[in-house]
Amino acid sequence: MKRFALLGAFLFLTGCASGNWGWYVIDPTTPNGLSNIKFLLNGFGATILLSVIAAVLSMIIGLLVALPGMSSNRWIRLPSRIYIEFVRAIPLLPMLFWVFYGLPVVLKSMGFSVSIDAFWGAIITLAISDSAFTAEIYRSGIQSINKGQTEAAKTVGLNYSQTMRYVILPQAIKRILPPLANQFIYIVKMSAFASVIGMQELTRRANELVVTEYRPLEIYSLLILEYLVLVLIISFFVRWLERKMGSDESR
Amino acid sequence: MSDTNAAIEIRQLNKWYDDFHALKDIDLTVAHGERIVVCGPSGSGKSTLIRCVNSLETHDSGQIVVDGIVMKDRASVDSIRSEVGMVFQQFNLFPHLTIMQNLTLGPMKARGMSRADAEARAMKYLERVRIPDQAHKKPRALSGGQQQRVAIARSLCMEPKIMLFDEPTSALDPEMISEVLDVIVDLAEDGMTMIVVTHEMGFARRAADRMVFMDQGAVVETGTPEDFFERPRTKRCQTFLNQILSH
Repeated sequence: MKRFALLGAFLFLTGCASGNWGWYVIDPTTPNGLSNIKFLLNGFGATILLSVIAAVLSMIIGLLVALPGMSSNRWIRLPSRIYIEFVRAIPLLPMLFWVFYGLPVVLKSMGFSVSIDAFWGAIITLAISDSAFTAEIYRSGIQSINKGQTEAAKTVGLNYSQTMRYVILPQAIKRILPPLANQFIYIVKMSAFASVIGMQELTRRANELVVTEYRPLEIYSLLILEYLVLVLIISFFVRWLERKMGSDESR
Repeated sequence: MSDTNAAIEIRQLNKWYDDFHALKDIDLTVAHGERIVVCGPSGSGKSTLIRCVNSLETHDSGQIVVDGIVMKDRASVDSIRSEVGMVFQQFNLFPHLTIMQNLTLGPMKARGMSRADAEARAMKYLERVRIPDQAHKKPRALSGGQQQRVAIARSLCMEPKIMLFDEPTSALDPEMISEVLDVIVDLAEDGMTMIVVTHEMGFARRAADRMVFMDQGAVVETGTPEDFFERPRTKRCQTFLNQILSH
């Protein structure tokens, strides 16, 4: 609560002190201001949908990369290592351009004529870019489980996938979930990049409104506030999750 | 060629950890129903040796034959593991599962047994290790001695022909050691083939058919408990026995 109060006070004071603020563009008491606010808030749906799908894909890809990455055979380990190092080295924006403008060309030359729209282009990019980090989260979580657990599972006849499913992952999940949820915040923020390829999410809408209304200060302030609210809700959830997992551990 | 009466046959086994020669030309044959106690100073390769028997450790040269199965590929390792149970120093129970689930996991998932059959079998072995009333607790609610007895029951649920015990009482408080040893003696008296790595010399006298003394990765001396304790032949073995029995 204190945080919101401080932020409000800051905006209020700066707004009053300078005479240059034009809050009218997003004043809900005027018809124009109200429709502007609605236009901006309508981006929430796309931002959330984009982030959730990308996060789910990233969790799946991350697991598929992490598991062979822990093999005792270095040749099985190698592709995972390369994937992680490679993906982690590419900045999000260039990867987004490459996926959106380049990937359809690559696919076409391979005989698939697929067009990638802004929505899926952004999802693919966010999912791949994030998967390198989720893979590392899985790895550290799984490797934190005592080796004796795997050995005991072997001695009662379980194979690799049974050992993972019934013994290792149920224990590792407690250490994996909180950092994974934290990583979701990163995805939400990075989803703003989707605006540059035309995805109609929060940032894109703010940009478009700035072009027509020419009040960048007020509109971008509201945009920041929108992300802040979204991220605070998620981080509240993350903290709840951490507490819940922590109390399970001590019980 | 291979002795069909042997439960375990180890020939010319060698293992290195990089430059460290962990096991040196080990030869050991264990007959069906025989109880072997392996002892020796720490770092002598005792645990490594029994961990090679069910392939938790790989060896670099030599041959291991368990119940007539020659260890060579994945399939042979799987069949050997299905005949060999193991109890660890640190129990290694599955902490997220109840005692009952710990015992039924292997029979149900690896053997495809029905839940009812697996639970009936689990209860049988929990009674055998004298803790039938703890079945629905999580491992951490049990004492160390109880946890180790559950670990023994978990192995027995796979109905192995051979049991390996890797320092089963070393992580236990002194007052809990005998409850675990009693269970192992009980198994021994029923004719289970077993190799026990332990420093409990009282147990060795009580239960072992044969002692194996290891030092620096080699088997230095083997013999009946009586010969071993009363008439150790090598200097190293005498020194070890003096150290371990003097207090």
